Amino acid sequence: MADYVRADEVAIAPEIPEPASIALSSDPGESLLRRHVDEFLKSPGAVAGLAVLVALALVAVFAPAIAPQNPYDLSKLDIMDNVLKPGERLGSGITAFLGTDDQGRDMLSAIIYGLRISLAVGAISVVIACVIGASVGVLAAYAGGRVESVVMRIVDLQLSFPAILVALILLAIFGRGVDKVVLALVIVQWAYYARTVRGSALVEKRREYIEAARCLALPKSRVVYRHLLPNCLPPLIVVATVQVAHAIALESTLSFLGVGVPVTEPSLGMLIAHGYNYLLSGKYWISTFPGVALVIAIVAINLVGDRLRDVLNPRLAR
Amino acid sequence: MLVYLIRRLGQSLLVVAVMATLVFVAMFAVGDPIDILASPDADQIERDAIAKRLGLDRPLWEQFGLFVWRALHGDLGRSFVYNVPAVDVILQRLPATLELALVGLVFSITIGIPLGVLAGLKPYSWLGRSIMSGSILGFSLPNFWIGLMLILLFAVELRILPAGGRGPVVSVLGIPTAAFSLEGLRHLILPALTLALYKSALVIRIARAGTREVMLQDYIRFARAKGLSRSRIIFVHVLKNIMIPVVTVLGLELGSMIAFAVVTETVFAYPGMGKLLIDSINRLDRPIIVAYLMMTVVIFVIINLIVDLLYAAIDPRVRLAEAKG
Repeated sequence: MADYVRADEVAIAPEIPEPASIALSSDPGESLLRRHVDEFLKSPGAVAGLAVLVALALVAVFAPAIAPQNPYDLSKLDIMDNVLKPGERLGSGITAFLGTDDQGRDMLSAIIYGLRISLAVGAISVVIACVIGASVGVLAAYAGGRVESVVMRIVDLQLSFPAILVALILLAIFGRGVDKVVLALVIVQWAYYARTVRGSALVEKRREYIEAARCLALPKSRVVYRHLLPNCLPPLIVVATVQVAHAIALESTLSFLGVGVPVTEPSLGMLIAHGYNYLLSGKYWISTFPGVALVIAIVAINLVGDRLRDVLNPRLAR
Repeated sequence: MLVYLIRRLGQSLLVVAVMATLVFVAMFAVGDPIDILASPDADQIERDAIAKRLGLDRPLWEQFGLFVWRALHGDLGRSFVYNVPAVDVILQRLPATLELALVGLVFSITIGIPLGVLAGLKPYSWLGRSIMSGSILGFSLPNFWIGLMLILLFAVELRILPAGGRGPVVSVLGIPTAAFSLEGLRHLILPALTLALYKSALVIRIARAGTREVMLQDYIRFARAKGLSRSRIIFVHVLKNIMIPVVTVLGLELGSMIAFAVVTETVFAYPGMGKLLIDSINRLDRPIIVAYLMMTVVIFVIINLIVDLLYAAIDPRVRLAEAKG
């Protein structure tokens, strides 16, 4: 563990001459994490973003306990309650603060459950894509030569086509389903991480500690995964955070287009698509409020991601 | 240069060939078009007849060979739904999408450059900061929802713009277009604005970075020393110099705008290629999907090729590096 923390510092301040970084790591009073946390907390916007994000995540996890109604329990729905305005009361006595949809579903409950699916799809797809992309990127950088050029050609090729189009076609092939959406998002995202990690791995690979690890005749896998990869993490964390927002937006777009999640597990994008038909007759709430929830989540993630970028890599251009 | 040109052309052709194979194989996984085309109570004989008529009863490799042969002759099959060549169906919709993309491009420049230059002149003022935050939103907000909110505001509440569709089409120089009538333009404003949001966020960033860089140059200092007015410095000296990266990036992004139009066209029920793609996916109209993808691949490959060749023509280092590796 000590090994890891110390190695990390080199990646964060690679321009600092050796004595300075030794001084930092030999100071027992201030850990690296502590320094980053302090730095992060200096931005009120980022702290607000993080608070909102944590609140949304908690709401999503504890949806069944928080939502006024289980929107997918058909026995709880009453068709007489359909398309109620925000603030009207349902037959069952619940006040629908955000109105109801065409099935008589309380929109607030539907949004809470939708948030669950949107956040889960975004987070899971980013984690999987990140693991795959980072492994490919670091291996390509370490291997070099022909392997590297072939892998990077594939990455370039993939990145030259817009993600939305690739995901759309993949989902047309796979069919609908939460797992399939995650798979499609992984396929369109891995290349970003591969490129990011390869970029930093190329720099790190020439440093002395890698040379030292090689001289110790450590196995290749150990050099790559225990020494090289941890030092490529900071930019990766930044990219991954912002990418969660992109993944959520992409998922909602795909669901809006009708190729995303199935009707039985509606995400926020799906709820917006439902409301589309009612929008033109002035029944705005079915599309508007899920969209507002989506926007809040995305803005919060971006605030956190932006601050992380400043904290983890001060030299990176905004 | 010739060596580079040949190498680069070869690469492009390889990409097209690989994508053609992928697209063709993928289409077989999409689903059986006969399920959609035959009436639900059709018996096996009727289904076989449809399969035979469409050539779906032959072995896969034979269908692929035929597909390649015909594609090389510009024939990408007949639409199952419209029963006319798929290429014709798409070409018929192409002007609408191009019109949308071009108007969107104009919007993204007219929104992006002034805001980007403003933010670049005063990067640490509240104005500069809020423009940058706005551009982050433009990057990350779901585009389709913004489109819906624009419909809600301008078409449903204010009732000053139409909610969707394309205006009356007139033929100008043989190209059907709606951009030359007031009604047509009114239909274009909202979709083009929605499509332009993402790109204007991009333009803001490039223009801001460019302005910050140019303002530090000696020729700007000299222009100031000469006593030129601030507006002349900005409009002539700064603007000219930041246009180069903006134009390069926007040229590259034109292809992705055509792809992004899929979303915008669906929101605004705009009869372009993108809407056609979504409809065809839902109806399993394989030839249209294949033709759309092949055309998009070719458009992207051509744009990338042109950009690379231009770079190579301008910068000898590019072609030297390529010739070596």
